Amino acid sequence: MIIAIPAEEKSLDSVISVNFGRSPYFCIYDTEKQQSTFIDNEAAGRPGGAGVEAAQNLVNQKIDTLVAFRLGDHAAKVLSGAKIKVLKAVNLSIADNIAKVLSHSLEELNEVHPGGINKG
Amino acid sequence: MKIAVLSGKGGTGKTLVSVNLAAVADKGGYFDCDVEEPNGHLFLKPSLIGEEEVTSLKPVVDMDRCDGCKVCVTACVYKALAYIPGELMIFDEICHACGLCTYLCPQQALKETKRVIGTIRRGGRGSLSVHTGKMRIGESTGVPIIKKLLKKLDDDLSIIDSPPGSGCLVLETIEHADYCLLVAEPTMFGAQNLALVHELTRVMNKPAGVLLNKVEDGLNPSELYAKEHDLKILASLPYDSYAALESSNAELLVERSEKYRTFFLELLKEVVDEATLAAQR
Ligand code: SF4
Ligand code: SF4
Repeated sequence: MIIAIPAEEKSLDSVISVNFGRSPYFCIYDTEKQQSTFIDNEAAGRPGGAGVEAAQNLVNQKIDTLVAFRLGDHAAKVLSGAKIKVLKAVNLSIADNIAKVLSHSLEELNEVHPGGINKG
Repeated sequence: MKIAVLSGKGGTGKTLVSVNLAAVADKGGYFDCDVEEPNGHLFLKPSLIGEEEVTSLKPVVDMDRCDGCKVCVTACVYKALAYIPGELMIFDEICHACGLCTYLCPQQALKETKRVIGTIRRGGRGSLSVHTGKMRIGESTGVPIIKKLLKKLDDDLSIIDSPPGSGCLVLETIEHADYCLLVAEPTMFGAQNLALVHELTRVMNKPAGVLLNKVEDGLNPSELYAKEHDLKILASLPYDSYAALESSNAELLVERSEKYRTFFLELLKEVVDEATLAAQR
């Protein structure tokens, strides 16, 4: 299983970024290899459509599960279309949330907020 | 003479000023470009002459042709597209109808299709024509609506009621104007907003003047800003409960009181004189 988590810094000690589309990095954790890598979120600086692009990049990374605090409706649509499970983060620790995914103690994130639309 | 009435945010009295100017002019046209929430017609109460739809070309996909190459997804600058195995997702509300994806698709799987994004109503009030643009809720951009609305600008006299803020909708209205009338509130925040729109008019190289609205006794940061930045103060409209009351009932000030009629006639003359002067420079 491959898990993605929005991260403030490129380290397992860093905290989860609360804003999915504008998170600076994503932690990609491969549970079989027990390995974590960090990728830049190229969508972070976008005025609009950041959620869609970030979601697309995660689809490209072939992740199975995303752990996040909140998610825009566009991104949610892309992820659910790609059958990626979205779980609700319980605290700011990346390592802790990974452990909780493995012990199946996270709930699904159901509520989404309206995606940021680039007015103009 | 085409005059854009601007303010850095909503609620400054921009529409109140626009409709009263248009009403005393009693000629030319009033153009409501506040496409998300046009309400000038509530004051002017025009008779409806015609209504037209504004469409824009958005892509639709033929999944039988699409091979999932993602060329379109990468190319779209607004990120309105996503590809997940077996499906190309198109987010219409993000799409700006630029046509690039259709042009680039190697499989010719995309086709541009007309979609209604808003409406334009044109009407009349005596010798004044009243034009209103309205965008559908959730659309990404009102620019095509404003473009179409302003095609009927009257060179003799047009009052353009701009959208609030300083985004690209506002730029679109400034571009069409000969002169910009900035409406400012007497607060720190008001002065910051004034600075933002003033900067826009400078970037776009348009002459501008300010109307200080809701003026009370005491310090007026917007007034200070105008004086420091060589921005001409055309008039001050005092904050009095009478004005607030009239506007909340969607009544025109100029119809109810001679005092306001004179005020707006003078303001109109001042604005037109300033614009004429600027044009000669
Ligand atoms: S460019 Fe054409 S073929 Fe490629 S993913 Fe987009 S729609 Fe499909
Ligand atoms: S028309 Fe332009 S904005 Fe719309 S999806 Fe295609 S490339 Fe993106």
